[in-house]
Amino acid sequence: MISSPFMARPTTVSVVMLKVLAALVPGVVLSVYFYGVGVLAQLALASATALVAEAAMLRARGQPVAVFLKDGSALVTAWLLALAMPPLGAWWLVVVATAFAIVIAKQLYGGLGNNPFNPAMVGFAAMIVAFPAQMAQWGSAVAPLSAPEQLAYIFGRALPAGIDAIVSATPLDHLKTQLSLGVPIATTLAEPLHGRAAGQWVAAGYLAGALWLWQQRLIPWQTPVAMLAGVATLALPLWLLDPARYADPLFHLFAGATMLGAGFIVTDPVSGPTTPRGRLIFGFLVGVLVYVIRVFGGFPDSIAFAVLIMNIAVPFIDHTTRPPVFGAKKGGRA
Amino acid sequence: MRALYDFNGGVHPPEHKAISTGTPIRQAPVPPRLYVPMSQSLGNAALPCVAVGDTVLKGQKIAEPDGRLSAAVHAPTSGRVVAIAPHAYPHPSGLSELAVVIEPDGRDAWTERRPVADWRVRPAGELLARLAEMGVVGLGGAVFPTHLKAAASALDTLVINGAECEPFISCDDMLMRERAGGIVDGIRVLAHLTQPREVLIGVEDNKPEAIAALRQACAGSGFTVVAVPTKYPSGGAKQLIRILTGKAVPHGTRSTEMGVQCFNVATAYSVGRAIVHGEPVISRIVTLTGDVERPHNVEALLGTPVRFLIEYAGRRAGVDAVLMGGPMMGFALPDEDAGITKASNCLIAKSPAVLPPRPAAMPCIRCGECASACPVELQPMDLYWFAKAKNFGKAQEWHLFDCIECGACSYVCPSQIPLVDYYRYAKGEIWAAEHDKKAADRARARHEFRQFRLERDKSEKTQRLAERAAIKEKELAASLGQPAAPAPRAAEPAVADDDAKKAAIQAAMERAAARKAEKQTGEAAPAGPAPAAALDDAKKAAIQAAMERAAARKAEKPAARDAAQQKDDKER
Repeated sequence: MISSPFMARPTTVSVVMLKVLAALVPGVVLSVYFYGVGVLAQLALASATALVAEAAMLRARGQPVAVFLKDGSALVTAWLLALAMPPLGAWWLVVVATAFAIVIAKQLYGGLGNNPFNPAMVGFAAMIVAFPAQMAQWGSAVAPLSAPEQLAYIFGRALPAGIDAIVSATPLDHLKTQLSLGVPIATTLAEPLHGRAAGQWVAAGYLAGALWLWQQRLIPWQTPVAMLAGVATLALPLWLLDPARYADPLFHLFAGATMLGAGFIVTDPVSGPTTPRGRLIFGFLVGVLVYVIRVFGGFPDSIAFAVLIMNIAVPFIDHTTRPPVFGAKKGGRA
Repeated sequence: MRALYDFNGGVHPPEHKAISTGTPIRQAPVPPRLYVPMSQSLGNAALPCVAVGDTVLKGQKIAEPDGRLSAAVHAPTSGRVVAIAPHAYPHPSGLSELAVVIEPDGRDAWTERRPVADWRVRPAGELLARLAEMGVVGLGGAVFPTHLKAAASALDTLVINGAECEPFISCDDMLMRERAGGIVDGIRVLAHLTQPREVLIGVEDNKPEAIAALRQACAGSGFTVVAVPTKYPSGGAKQLIRILTGKAVPHGTRSTEMGVQCFNVATAYSVGRAIVHGEPVISRIVTLTGDVERPHNVEALLGTPVRFLIEYAGRRAGVDAVLMGGPMMGFALPDEDAGITKASNCLIAKSPAVLPPRPAAMPCIRCGECASACPVELQPMDLYWFAKAKNFGKAQEWHLFDCIECGACSYVCPSQIPLVDYYRYAKGEIWAAEHDKKAADRARARHEFRQFRLERDKSEKTQRLAERAAIKEKELAASLGQPAAPAPRAAEPAVADDDAKKAAIQAAMERAAARKAEKQTGEAAPAGPAPAAALDDAKKAAIQAAMERAAARKAEKPAARDAAQQKDDKER
């Protein structure tokens, strides 16, 4: 440092990213508890792929590999992606998704700080468009498979004798299918085997992690709160109007990746807005899109598309929500 | 409890203030030589009014202000002026500035002091003049002449700034603890001058001793000591005004337009010394801190070399630079031989142990921490992008020049980007571009004037030729009956000026008159050769003179152009 300031807070990008990973741990633990060690396999596959892809791309781009690998951002992308993937998905699914996220969505745009789209969500969206069937196979919450059997299934698609199918749709997917078959919401939600409770516990784990990140001042409150509000704003009146067709707001808030999205995905600083007002707008519209796509669109797991659509709007949001500078407000009094 | 207001952002860096507040203010020893810089205010350097070899007394004026924003400089102690020459100066540029070098005689003998005991009944103008005479400037760092600021009157609020928000610095803290009475004396004078409805003394709540001392000293004065929450940069004038009054003074606006004026506590103290005691500003409290054996505060004579003070505090091994000012807004001294000025509030011996170097910068991750830390509510990450992309127009549009360079954004940046450096760079580039544009405008104006002048000269010449032709015709007509008359002046230079023309006309008229007279006398006596010869001589002289003038003018023109060019270069 040759000019002021000569002091700097010791928080670095690496510290931020490591804390984000730490905040994911409660959700990860609960996921493993409910969905099995397959989750860990997905995390390991994604992490390894992300580091290799990141290193290769940094090398190809002539960037210092060690410096940027240490920032931890690739691992965050990998974990978010792995947690969004089906726990018993085939190994290559998460590998392709992560490689796509790191190579195409992040490094080709210039690496850390330069990606206009959330890399994890780009990877997820690419997979759901390219391999919809594989992506829809969510492990049953009461998977009868032992740990080695889960791994065998992930890596070899090998099932133990006597079991011919262990995967089921996600609760959201199932709900939608049942609705299209004319089954009322209440009936579907009353079924015990569709992982609603598991999903809610995991969501609660993510919520706890997100609250900790907020307490650590690493994520703003605006984006997550606005996103949840966006979901609830549509969910509540529709549920009140027609509870037979529309699930209650709490179901939507704790279903799918809503909490993961609110705490860890819409709060991605790089692809999100920077102004407080912009974050409110961005989060709220992501929430609205999540609900709209989930309920009226073709993809029940709609976080990725909602986030990517809103990523496009970020420069505009930032531009139009710039707060006035000191002294520019009328009257000058608070 | 008074209702306080808040400003956006701000940071809470580790304070490091307690290390230098353990001992009372000490008188720093007098160095073998004082290098008193002439540049001690926001304006021009003062003009020395002593000569080498002069003996000066303590408090004697040694330099006169040069212009409105300049301030008088006084001898910090008695002694002899041994040199008046450029010397190392405390500025990041490292450029030398004129200094009066004084060799103290050890007597420390005062010049005559003239306190204004009855200042309460003196007109404001006289007191302001006295403040100017005593070289009182803002000691908070801006060194703006105090008499200009104190000329404001009928204020809503007079704010006295004792916030001292920067880490390490404790000179105002110690001054408030030990000399609260002197500060209040000064505030009384300032309040007398500015006639505020209320006087608020803002002190950060991390200085309880100072607050207690001031409260005691203020008893019965009507001044209010307000403890403000500790948050950097609450000591910025506009930030403190915001905290105390809720008024947000925009960039480019003076606080007096909103009925508020702000002075630093040390400035108030020196106002008191100047008016009540008749002492000019010749010393100041300086915090000596950082990686030194005895961090403490000293009252040091202006012009005391920085090296001398750091050695006095006990420089430790590993000190790689000395900072002047705080770690957030100060600068590394390029040369420790520089003498301290009225702005030198703190010297920090910097070493990796005290101020560890920053990790390498990473790309911006748009986390927005800088925006939440910015007290001026800028978007530092956007300004950073614009500066980096040399998109200076956009940076200005995004209020680059509102930036007070407090360093809060840079401090919080997780990517460890030296953001303020980018803003300084952008500001410098914009200033340079504006300067170039002004120079280009001047050049264009010059060129346009030259074009105009050439056109004018041409048209004048045409006119002159026409006039001359008319004269010739007239002469021809006049000389018709006089074939013996001299032939028209073909030898006359083409570029004769008005004077030559006038002379020619004059000569022609004389000739005509002579001829007339001749005619009249010729009837009586035959025409003699003598008058004709005289006429010829006059004509020749007129032609000669005209040619000389033309040549002189020709020579003058390029010379004038050169002179104009040089003047312009100097301005640049």
